[in-house]
Amino acid sequence: MQVLIALLLVMSALAAPAAAETIYVSNEQDNTVAIVDGATMTLQATIDVGRRPRGLALSVDKKTLFVAEGDDNRLDLVDIAKRQVVGQLPSGADPEFFVVHPDGKRLFVANENDNLVSVVDIAAGKVVGTVDVGVEPEGLAVSADGSTVACTSETTSMVHLIDSRSLELIDNLLVDTRPRAAAFSADGKQLWVSSELRGTVTVFDTATRAQTGKVEFMVPGIRREGVQAVGIEMSRDGATAYVALGPSNRVAEVDTMTLKVRHLYLVGQRPWHVALSDDQKRLVSANGNSGDISFIDLENQEVVKSVPVGRGPWGVVIGP
Amino acid sequence: MKMALAVLILLAIAAPGLTEPQTMVIGYLGQRRKPPPPLGPRDEAVTDDGLQGARLGIADDAGTGRFLGQQFRLQEKVLSPGEEPDGAVKEFAAEGISFVIADLDAAQLLKASAAPGAERMLLFNSRAPDDRLRQDECRINVLHTIPSRAMLADGLAQYLVWKRWRHWFLLVGPHSGDQAMAVAFRRAAARFGADIAFDHPWTFRPAEGRADTGHVTLQTEIPAATQVGDYDVLVVADEADEFGEYLEGRTALPRMVVGTQEVVATGWSPVNEEWGATQLQDRFRKQAGRWMLPSDYAAWLGVRSVGEAATRLHSVDPLAISKYLRGDDFLLSGFKGQGLSFRPWDGQMRQPVLIAGSRLLVSISPQPGFLHQRTPLDTLGIDVEESTCKF
Repeated sequence: MQVLIALLLVMSALAAPAAAETIYVSNEQDNTVAIVDGATMTLQATIDVGRRPRGLALSVDKKTLFVAEGDDNRLDLVDIAKRQVVGQLPSGADPEFFVVHPDGKRLFVANENDNLVSVVDIAAGKVVGTVDVGVEPEGLAVSADGSTVACTSETTSMVHLIDSRSLELIDNLLVDTRPRAAAFSADGKQLWVSSELRGTVTVFDTATRAQTGKVEFMVPGIRREGVQAVGIEMSRDGATAYVALGPSNRVAEVDTMTLKVRHLYLVGQRPWHVALSDDQKRLVSANGNSGDISFIDLENQEVVKSVPVGRGPWGVVIGP
Repeated sequence: MKMALAVLILLAIAAPGLTEPQTMVIGYLGQRRKPPPPLGPRDEAVTDDGLQGARLGIADDAGTGRFLGQQFRLQEKVLSPGEEPDGAVKEFAAEGISFVIADLDAAQLLKASAAPGAERMLLFNSRAPDDRLRQDECRINVLHTIPSRAMLADGLAQYLVWKRWRHWFLLVGPHSGDQAMAVAFRRAAARFGADIAFDHPWTFRPAEGRADTGHVTLQTEIPAATQVGDYDVLVVADEADEFGEYLEGRTALPRMVVGTQEVVATGWSPVNEEWGATQLQDRFRKQAGRWMLPSDYAAWLGVRSVGEAATRLHSVDPLAISKYLRGDDFLLSGFKGQGLSFRPWDGQMRQPVLIAGSRLLVSISPQPGFLHQRTPLDTLGIDVEESTCKF
């Protein structure tokens, strides 16, 4: 009996790192955020937020979840412990995606209708600056050192590099048609930008701002126009990138050195965004058309479970 | 020191040349039309459809151009009723304009494409859906951004077949456009396995539905006009919008109306807000103060095509742009879920067809399951094997 208890304790201790996590998913069509327990992979709660929630991010202290609400022109603040909306932040018009600056004090928000990136001071609850960018700004990323913010603009087909201190544009780089997400590598040396309509990812060297490569995706049995690159998540060790491939219902695992696709995971329908667990062993995709999220076991390279979360899952983040 | 100074002077001389913006002037050629009398009290007369779309295209092109040192400008000319397009084409040519949004009816478009000076231009047909302009009367200097009637009919037919509404009652108006639309519906029915159970001309005189007893007349006349055997859907061909709207809710049998009224097949509709279209609709409404119509969208597509090519080529060279537009690499984002390109065999822009209700989007074609060896978009309209176009 004691042995059994000891064994159980050991087992639960082993399972603990992966278990102590929670997945937050924005349901664009339900105006809710779904909360899924990472250990049991079950839906725990669904909380009402503002209209058309898409972009999601955790505060630096991981106590607050920010939710961008496109149709309410604001961000909701969700207290992670209480699991309820406890406040709002201004965002500028029509926020879709945003990033939390590593200083923990500012958010950079894409205002799709106004061709602006708004900078929000979290403590002051105010928009403290704006940056003019191309038509329909969408994806945002910030380098780990906080110096540079990247913003894609869909109709302009560019990624704009913004100095996060001066809020000046450093450069505007042409990318493939209808860019969606941008992501910096952990070491800040590379910037990846996905193109929805070309189904590609363009890779830039951040020092020279020169294009150094392009990732092409091909899914057997799916025509070119059905393979669209959307959300990107980079591994902490810099070796791997994960790219959601939209209507092809796949998530690609890409080797960042060779830019070759290592594996394609069949997930739910139309994955928009993906998120890595803290231990980097698990990936979760938010699948817009099938109303669920897929859990991918990266060690065994297999999709282990799909969990219905609501209508129109779009953004996904993993927290404690 | 002197050397350094010389270099500085050289740089100063060279600098303006290096930063000199490239300028692209696109022509817009429209024709003044009498707006049809509004059918219902909520209809608004629109006199600048097409033109506003071209203007928004210029603004969007400039949005990218400002980061690349490219400027875009629209040169607008509108023909008076009866005015030949030759003069306008000549003026465009004199101004060095190579790309023209031709917001013209088929006859005027053909004249414009043959006018002296047009041989060095590329016209974007943003108005005329006539299939003959893509077939025997295709022209090497014309690309088509407005969907052809065949594409619209195929898009609707795929949706109806997907719904298993295969037995149609086709009701056709008296005008040549209505007849041509009916030809497209019949072709689509045969292609996708639908059956036109009844094929009738509309023979009633256009009624005045807004007269004080208008509904009484319609309530009497429409059941009589739709008194046929059983069918699944009534497909109406009424491009002039003269009677199609009177059918819904008044047919002899309780059947829905699709085609040119009610649930319509169209290149664009104010109800589309998917695939990021919300932003396009918002920008348009802010600029024009009204909803974006199919001809606005088609004009926007033409201007954006030129802009997209100039962006990708880092050049405003007309020959390079014309070649790129027709090539395999060209891909335009048009807020319909996939990239748009031009068919090399007839110059028609490949594009999804919206199936639109009056307040919300119903569907978009091609429908799932309609396959094609190149792209499902080529299941809509005239395919290369059927093409009689010879440039």
